[in-house]
Amino acid sequence: MSIKAVAKTEESARLYMIQKGISRGVPIMLGYLPVALTYGVLAKQAGMTIVEITLMSVLVFAGASQFMGAGMIAIGTGAIEIIIATFVLNFRHFVMSFSFMNRLRFIGLKWKVPLSLGLTDETFSVASMHTEEAKQEKGMYFYAALMITAYSAWVVGSFLGGVLGDIIPAVLSQSMGIALYAMFIGLLLPSVRKELRVGLIALIAMLVNAFSSQFISDGWAIVLGTLLGGLCGVFLLKGERQ
Amino acid sequence: MILFIILGMSLVTMIPRILPAYIVDKVHFPEWMNRWLNAIPYAALGALIFPGILTVKPDQPHIGLIGGAVAVMLAFLGLNIILVVIGAIATVFLLTI
Repeated sequence: MSIKAVAKTEESARLYMIQKGISRGVPIMLGYLPVALTYGVLAKQAGMTIVEITLMSVLVFAGASQFMGAGMIAIGTGAIEIIIATFVLNFRHFVMSFSFMNRLRFIGLKWKVPLSLGLTDETFSVASMHTEEAKQEKGMYFYAALMITAYSAWVVGSFLGGVLGDIIPAVLSQSMGIALYAMFIGLLLPSVRKELRVGLIALIAMLVNAFSSQFISDGWAIVLGTLLGGLCGVFLLKGERQ
Repeated sequence: MILFIILGMSLVTMIPRILPAYIVDKVHFPEWMNRWLNAIPYAALGALIFPGILTVKPDQPHIGLIGGAVAVMLAFLGLNIILVVIGAIATVFLLTI
């Protein structure tokens, strides 16, 4: 009897976390669909087949590098160059994964490894604004649901982009390019309102990124901005509870 | 050939994502490093927003900035994130038609 009751609350905790994860994933979905569609259209123009277009989204799941990859395939760049460029561009996820995995310390590797594979700029940003779930019961289901929501939007969107070709009006898909940036702003602002120093950290990261992108690749500039901006947090967030 | 490119891209994307999962369990970070890692999300958001937002319409960077400014306003008012996103899309759409 009591075992049944425990099972029931566990079940409902899991369901609650899954629902919450999906609902937090919806803005990412909204941002991903148009970008994925655009990627699909572009990759099609680059001469990739529908299977290749979709497979790249399934296996890589990293927007910027997929755009770059399709672009480089279009102009006939060598495989090794494309792979190295992808590594450089996506190395920022190493820094993000470190920060996220540190939050998930108490969750087993069985969960940590698949969750790490779902990390993108967007899933990381949304997940990082929800740190409480990491400590809550069945919290990993929140992160998993969030990532699967984003991932499915990305894969389905790429496939549709490859199929639909250029049916979607360019003005609309271009306007939707702002969606992800608007989401980043929407994630950052509430924290800035609560604690102005958070805004200072973001501002320093912005400036470092803008300055260093004049000299190094975009990928490394984001890594540098994130690392140096975050380093200021060591002093700025001193009083914060851990 | 494209398949080889896709597999290679997949591998070099997966490795940096997955490595920290194994590393954080093995080491205990000093307090200042935890603070650093906790500040990373805000720094990452900053680094992702600017100057990336200028590329929304690469030939007209001010359009991205205006869309971003609208997003800042809407978010500052405390609107739901979906409304912030839709407001920014509508702004860029109206500016480009």
